[in-house]
Amino acid sequence: MIVELGHFALVLAALVAIVQMIVPLIGASRRWPGWMAVAEPAAILQFLLVSFSFGALTYAFVTSDFSVRLVVMNSNKFMPMLYKISGVWGNHEGSMLLWVLILALFGGCAAFFGSNLRDTLRARVLAVQASISVAFYGFILFTSNPFLRVATPPMNGEDLNPLLQDPGLAFHPPFLYLGYVGLSMAFSFAIAALLEGRVDAAWGRWVRPWTLAAWLFLTIGIGLGSWWAYYELGWGGFWFWDPVENASFMPWLLAAALLHSAIVVEKREALKSWTILLAIMAFGFSLIGTFLVRSGVITSVHAFANDPERGVFILMILAVFMGGALTLYAARASAMEAKGVFAMISRETALVTNNILLAVAAFVVFVGTIWPLVAEMMLGRKLSVGAPFFDAAFTPFMIALTAILPIGAMLPWKRGNLTRTMQPLWGALALAIAGGALVLVMQTGMSMLAPIGFTLAAWVTMGALIDLWSRTGRGDLSSKLRRLRSLPGADWGKATAHTGLAITLFGIAGLTAWESEDIRVAKLGDRFEHAGYEIELRDVREIPGPNYVSTMASMAVFRNGKEVSVLHPEKRVYPVAQMPTTEAGIDNGFWRDIYLVIGDEQSDGGWAVRTYIKPFANWIWAGCIIMGFGGVFSLTDRRYRVAAGARKRRAAAAAGVPAE
Amino acid sequence: MKRLIAALLLVAAPVFAVTPEEILDDPALEARAREISKELRCLVCRNENIDESNAELAADLRVLVRERLVEGDSDGEVIDYVVGRYGEYVLLKPTTTGANLLLWIAGPVMLLIAGGVGFVYIRGRRTAPDAASEGLSTEEEARLKDLLKE
Repeated sequence: MIVELGHFALVLAALVAIVQMIVPLIGASRRWPGWMAVAEPAAILQFLLVSFSFGALTYAFVTSDFSVRLVVMNSNKFMPMLYKISGVWGNHEGSMLLWVLILALFGGCAAFFGSNLRDTLRARVLAVQASISVAFYGFILFTSNPFLRVATPPMNGEDLNPLLQDPGLAFHPPFLYLGYVGLSMAFSFAIAALLEGRVDAAWGRWVRPWTLAAWLFLTIGIGLGSWWAYYELGWGGFWFWDPVENASFMPWLLAAALLHSAIVVEKREALKSWTILLAIMAFGFSLIGTFLVRSGVITSVHAFANDPERGVFILMILAVFMGGALTLYAARASAMEAKGVFAMISRETALVTNNILLAVAAFVVFVGTIWPLVAEMMLGRKLSVGAPFFDAAFTPFMIALTAILPIGAMLPWKRGNLTRTMQPLWGALALAIAGGALVLVMQTGMSMLAPIGFTLAAWVTMGALIDLWSRTGRGDLSSKLRRLRSLPGADWGKATAHTGLAITLFGIAGLTAWESEDIRVAKLGDRFEHAGYEIELRDVREIPGPNYVSTMASMAVFRNGKEVSVLHPEKRVYPVAQMPTTEAGIDNGFWRDIYLVIGDEQSDGGWAVRTYIKPFANWIWAGCIIMGFGGVFSLTDRRYRVAAGARKRRAAAAAGVPAE
Repeated sequence: MKRLIAALLLVAAPVFAVTPEEILDDPALEARAREISKELRCLVCRNENIDESNAELAADLRVLVRERLVEGDSDGEVIDYVVGRYGEYVLLKPTTTGANLLLWIAGPVMLLIAGGVGFVYIRGRRTAPDAASEGLSTEEEARLKDLLKE
């Protein structure tokens, strides 16, 4: 019964969304306040209805209601509660329901926090947001209904894909979707602004927090996915340039570009039409990502929904929204005349360069991702584009970006002077290069990866600190420290996020350049040496889990004869899903991870054992978390709260004046 | 669905990618084998190289690569040999031949275009933009001329 109510609520939400899409839009163009006012209650009602619908599906999973087809196929009585819940979105239909839930959540938030927006802009934003919802409600109800029943309920379900039964991956999709869908707000604002024919500093100030939030969630979601791959797939890889990873990485790059260009709109009223285009493209790439993952058009580890009908539907959504948005953009963008003037050497120029590098980097990832498809369809060549291509084609952009970052971050607005900006930075640059040279001398081998990675990371980190310190002005140490504490959230966010980026980059360079591995057959009681550690295989035994059987080894790690830790690498077999997984035994450390994997029993009674030493592995994800904190600090900036009220008064005063 | 599960099985099977008995005794040769393996795709997997893959076919390919190396082939010869047998699909780093050149130059060309557009835009922003928005249209200028003549 509850399941049917959930289905019903979803249909109702779709109807509400249709109303929310049409009525406020007409109201905004005719200036009918009553029609415009429909948007807010509709957005909130829509959110409540989808929440109920999502709750109903969750209820079916939690109570293991095997009369529901989706529960049968993706759950099991014996699964831990966490995975029963994450099973709701661990499949195609449920994840699309999560998608519309988040879409409605953002719409509801815009309605709730949007009281200080111009009435017409608010009505249009909510209407555009609802139009995206309508498309996805249609997609769910017509091609991917999660509420279908089965005629004869089985006694037990077929289990969730065991790869997904993991805490990291349980939370990976919600964060990723919060990011993907968060960009829909930037899109809705861009379309609404084009309809209004007006982009001003207030618009930039409104778009930025949404973009920031979306980028922040994407950062965490991508970080979680990469962390999961690291410990779950059994060899400690953290990024594969898999099409599905690229699908989330392209919106991340564009969101990063967007949140930088929105600053220029907000502070200088320049780069308006480019920012609008970026907002459209960022969400466009979210849709492309959804298309790539959901259609399975490019086969990858993640594409667990191979269904051409769904692919065509999403492709149509993509075509309608991108086609419509870009046509509107072509017609209206020329009206967005920039106001701010700036010199060749200025913060504006630096941010334009940032945008060029990020956008072209995203373009490279895009071309590489779809190239196999293009080559096969147009040229009849069946080929692969894998990690070696992306490493070679993408990395230079990140090197260029980080090389100019500290300078650009400190250049003044409007007109700058390179000599003056570089003055406090020379020391940092010299130190960073000296450090890189030291790394080059100390390491074995001539790989430039680690020295360059170290130099850039040190340069960006020190640059961020110097920037922050320079913001405290003149005076003695105590007054500078006092001012440091009261610096705006945006300054702290900037320094923190840039430092996080540096830490992630250094982690990637260090891990890639310095990891070492040992593969051997060990007998019980054997002790072997690898990279300064001694490892002893003590015991291997079979242990039953809640819904799997584990072969768990007990391995002790020694350093200089002293026991460092005892690790328990496992291999698991999930009998219901008929699938094995590996669980590496990892000793996490600040400088390195010790990463042990147990393999098959050999004919002579030994066990195949893999030992990795992974230097600076945790820096990769620590950097992601720090970048996330940077986003949070920036979101707490006063100006998003204080200035919002001021704008409301101004908007009220300007009411009745037609759009520019 | 069965094919899918099979594919996932290949991905997740907790046997080793490189197994102890595959490893060559000569560490220099083994290091070369590892590097080559990272550029070759496991044909039955999703976006995995043969060095990381657990599939049987990947194991066969790894052994094949090592056999060729032991027989004295250069890295390039080994890769050519594998491509000759399995086609260019096996290469994770696509060649630069024919239309593939587009793939490789897409990034640099786009960067040049974007850089050029950006440069022109920035140069345009040096002068007061108000002149453009407040400037006179040709008709207005003509009228102004008339007025000034009078």
